[in-house]
Amino acid sequence: MSKSIVRALKCRECDQEYPIEPTHVCEFCFGPLEVVYDYDKLKGKFTRELIESRPQTMWRYKELLPIDGEPTVGVQNGFTPLVRARNLEKVLGVSELYIKNDSVCYPTLSFKDRVVSVALSKAVEFGFKTVACASTGNLAGSVAANAAAAGLDSYVFIPHDLEQGKVLGAGIFGTKIIGIKGKYDDVNRLCSEVAGKYGWAFVNVNVRPFYAEGSKSLGYEMMEQLGWKAPKHVVVPMASGSLCTKVAKSIKEFIKLGLIEDNGTAVYGAQATGCSPIAKSVKDGTDLITPVIADTIAKSLAIGNPADGFYANRVIHESGGWAEDISDQEVVDAMKLLAESEGIFAETAGGVTLGCAMKMIESGKLPRDESIVLCITGNGLKTQEAVADEIEKPRIIEASLKEFDVLAEADKAKLAA
Amino acid sequence: MKLRVYLIFNQSTVTEPIIWKLAREFDVVTNIRTAEVKDQMGLVGLEIEGDEAVVEASVAWLGEQGVHVEPIEQGIIEG
Repeated sequence: MSKSIVRALKCRECDQEYPIEPTHVCEFCFGPLEVVYDYDKLKGKFTRELIESRPQTMWRYKELLPIDGEPTVGVQNGFTPLVRARNLEKVLGVSELYIKNDSVCYPTLSFKDRVVSVALSKAVEFGFKTVACASTGNLAGSVAANAAAAGLDSYVFIPHDLEQGKVLGAGIFGTKIIGIKGKYDDVNRLCSEVAGKYGWAFVNVNVRPFYAEGSKSLGYEMMEQLGWKAPKHVVVPMASGSLCTKVAKSIKEFIKLGLIEDNGTAVYGAQATGCSPIAKSVKDGTDLITPVIADTIAKSLAIGNPADGFYANRVIHESGGWAEDISDQEVVDAMKLLAESEGIFAETAGGVTLGCAMKMIESGKLPRDESIVLCITGNGLKTQEAVADEIEKPRIIEASLKEFDVLAEADKAKLAA
Repeated sequence: MKLRVYLIFNQSTVTEPIIWKLAREFDVVTNIRTAEVKDQMGLVGLEIEGDEAVVEASVAWLGEQGVHVEPIEQGIIEG
């Protein structure tokens, strides 16, 4: 089963095919390249039993990830919990709600560990010694950590004024951090030029087709953990829009391979209003994505000109889903609700996902009586500043049992009221 | 150098012959590789080839004309 079924890289626009190389854009039309597979080679061989017999990591689906043989980076990553959210079901008035909880993804507590594992494993196969990324948070940490564990040299490009806490999240792993002065667009363009000039594996540039495929593992796990079926509805946060398209692709692949029945799953996208170019396009009924300047506390979703926006829009439209956006206050409120009802402390993006789902339930876009999965993609410990002023302050007492008795009595009375 | 970019035109720039002007203003070779033009906006995939300083000056000039210039990878700074 170790023979790869990867056939080629294929342009999403003009269908031109390319050999498997570290490249990401069609030379003819500039369209993005995507990994395509010969699924027929797996027919009858890639079974539920085979998958279940393997270790509980994202690599139990390795035939559907674009590597040759065994992974070399992030071997333990993935297989995060799928939680039945019974308390939230009551709050939201829905019958079957699950949370795919990538806030505990190994090793850096975000779903980026999935995509980075694939990108770096592929980079090693290609013979790269240095890996890089441009990031303001989760991706930087994941590239730095996974590169360190794999013995790869790494560079992380950040805006020069990024908060110290976020720099630390990557710097601790010994990566080389480059802060770039200038406006977002200038920083973005420089990163693109660096990626083009230096012989590195820039995870979200020249190895992006492989990198992006790692997101499918979240979808595979979701379906296996649901008892080998797809949910009727799945809500994903959108930054570049890639996760949205890859969750849809994972479902189509499992159907094609006979691992699940076609459940007519609808895919829904969630964004913060301060950076909602994809949600806006869906709501406006157009497929043109108008770039925006991001202004939201949901920094991990703040991509103003999303590379996969058009394709995410199409997936949402074709699957019968919808997209929504919410204010920063609604993001914070949803983060608190998720934490207080299910004990899951998600980063701001998780608040976006839950908050948008709530809005779509209220509007009737998401039915109350069918299964819904919310994809939570990062950990709240990384965005503590978003909720720092929202939590109850500790009540301070002397080291006296009498003083505590007074508090306990007051709490008891409050509970009884 | 050869720079590959997307030019994003808004409602007020979409009807202007800006790529023609660019080639007259700067000593660069322009090569349109993809384009989608609607009433409200336009998206053009363009190669700009020339000396590095000239190419960079031409990109800055495009910005001054109200055209948004993106690398073909679009937004690559991820969260």
